[in-house]
Amino acid sequence: MASKTNLCLSGTGVTKVFGFGRNRTLAVDHVDFAFHEGEIISIVGESGSGKTTLAKMLLGLISTTEGEIFFQGQKRDISSGKKKKEYWKNIQAIFQDPFSAYNTFHKIDAVLLDCIKLRGGDRLPKEEKVKLMTEACSFVNLKFAELTNKYPFELSGGQMQRLMIARIFLLKPKILIADEPTSMIDACSRATILDYLMKLRDETGMTLIFITHDIGLAYYVSDTVYIMEHGKFVESGTADAVILRPQEPYTRRLISDVPKIYEEWDLSTV
Amino acid sequence: MARVMLEVRDLTTKYITRYKEDVYAVDHVSLRIEEGKTLGIAGESGCGKSTLALSLMGYYFPPLHYTSGEIIIDGQNITGMKPDDVRKSILGREIAYIPQAAMNALNPTRKIIDFIGDVVRAHEPGWNKQMVYDHARSLFATLGLPAEVLQKYPVELSGGMKQRTVIAVAVTLSPKVLIADEPSSALDVTSQKMVIKMLRDMMNSGFIKAMIFITHELPLLYNVADEIMVMYAGQIVEHATAKQAVFDPLHPYSKGLMGSIIVPESGLRNVKLTAIPGVPPNLKNPPAGCRFAERCKYVKAECKVTSVPLYEVGYDRAYRCVLTETELRRVYQDGE
Repeated sequence: MASKTNLCLSGTGVTKVFGFGRNRTLAVDHVDFAFHEGEIISIVGESGSGKTTLAKMLLGLISTTEGEIFFQGQKRDISSGKKKKEYWKNIQAIFQDPFSAYNTFHKIDAVLLDCIKLRGGDRLPKEEKVKLMTEACSFVNLKFAELTNKYPFELSGGQMQRLMIARIFLLKPKILIADEPTSMIDACSRATILDYLMKLRDETGMTLIFITHDIGLAYYVSDTVYIMEHGKFVESGTADAVILRPQEPYTRRLISDVPKIYEEWDLSTV
Repeated sequence: MARVMLEVRDLTTKYITRYKEDVYAVDHVSLRIEEGKTLGIAGESGCGKSTLALSLMGYYFPPLHYTSGEIIIDGQNITGMKPDDVRKSILGREIAYIPQAAMNALNPTRKIIDFIGDVVRAHEPGWNKQMVYDHARSLFATLGLPAEVLQKYPVELSGGMKQRTVIAVAVTLSPKVLIADEPSSALDVTSQKMVIKMLRDMMNSGFIKAMIFITHELPLLYNVADEIMVMYAGQIVEHATAKQAVFDPLHPYSKGLMGSIIVPESGLRNVKLTAIPGVPPNLKNPPAGCRFAERCKYVKAECKVTSVPLYEVGYDRAYRCVLTETELRRVYQDGE
């Protein structure tokens, strides 16, 4: 379980506004959060609630309009490209669509070699690099010997997503943001992907942040759940507290929208 | 007994690749759906679910080819009909299909009403603009969709609304059988519920007579379907009522699939998910014996040699495994 002492990533009043004037859209509205080391967090909300925008701000892919993000207690500084790269050694992401996450023109080796380079292993001898890549691939049950010299589009969706995890295994970041990692692959591969993510968490002790609309997945994996509606966190707490005893009507609605197997699924409430 | 809306006997279809290799993606599939029933089809990616859906319509175009079997829709045998005739008189009227990414079919430069006009005129060439509009209005009213949508462009609609619009267009001519291939997997849970409710309402009001629902989301399938067929490598491996398939699966593959269910209900947190190792076999040269043997936990020597027929249990249940019902239940109990 997460120790409540070591803050890993936190934020106060984080806000993102897109457009201005008539088109002003408040995507993320003054959210406060505190993620601890080794914790598994889920941010749940429906489409358009601002979860992906928040994830992009955490990753430093887009700037914040207002508010501060703190990394390990320090104010995050990503003002230059060099500092950004340094930051990305600590925070990495897996995205929803594995099919568009890879550069079609780069071979799989290049994807993995990039990770080794980012970690500072650029000058390692070739055998060392191959050993590292083989190890990473075997962690997710892929065979590097079969993958080398192949292009990403030759793999299935599940295999691509597993390769993503192999990347994370090479980088061993402190924080991993998984933005709907399983919504585009089938239920059976989903179990495999979650298995590997959990195994990786157990080995490296990293903080995992799931961004998802699937409250079932959130309940299954996480320690802490944040429910997001229209850019605001409306409810947060431990998974059991939020999902089994929801207080907010929005949370209740999200839960009632998920098809279940032991309870009746009430279709009359849409 | 209720009227049988769709009956398929021993349907086999194949893909011919550009290297002239035969891939049997649907292998001796038989099924029947009675009026008012929903049949669910479950299985991993690449197990032939979508190919089965395409084959059921009797509309074949390369690389998909018909090999053998019969398709009977409400007493009308459509086996061997020419593709053009099938398109003119069967598709849309007798049987309709909603593909996985249906909402991408909408043309971004045209209003929804123009899109409906195109579809309607393909079947009723004589209709003028006003007739199409009246038809579309009454259709949307029947299905509970707002009429404003007709005058909008696709970009103005949300994903869920686009999907419901496309479903409305697919059922314009009130087909007898609707095949829905993952109609809600690109949507979030709230929009998914709206789509399912719309399909359910169409069934209840008799707008469509029977439905085939394809998905890999088992909790969803359990709530939608009356019966579930589990498909693996082009074959049916289990056929049972929804309740039996989820709570008491017989085939080891179905058992594995049911082990990957995640739902937000108490007591199901941190339950170990049992992923099935490996991938489905390449159907260019399928294994001689049981197709699941490579990945099966309870595999025996004979499994890899002899092919396994579909054993019937009782009136509405069948499975494809060398072990008997009692033996299977025993190995599952020992495994837990």
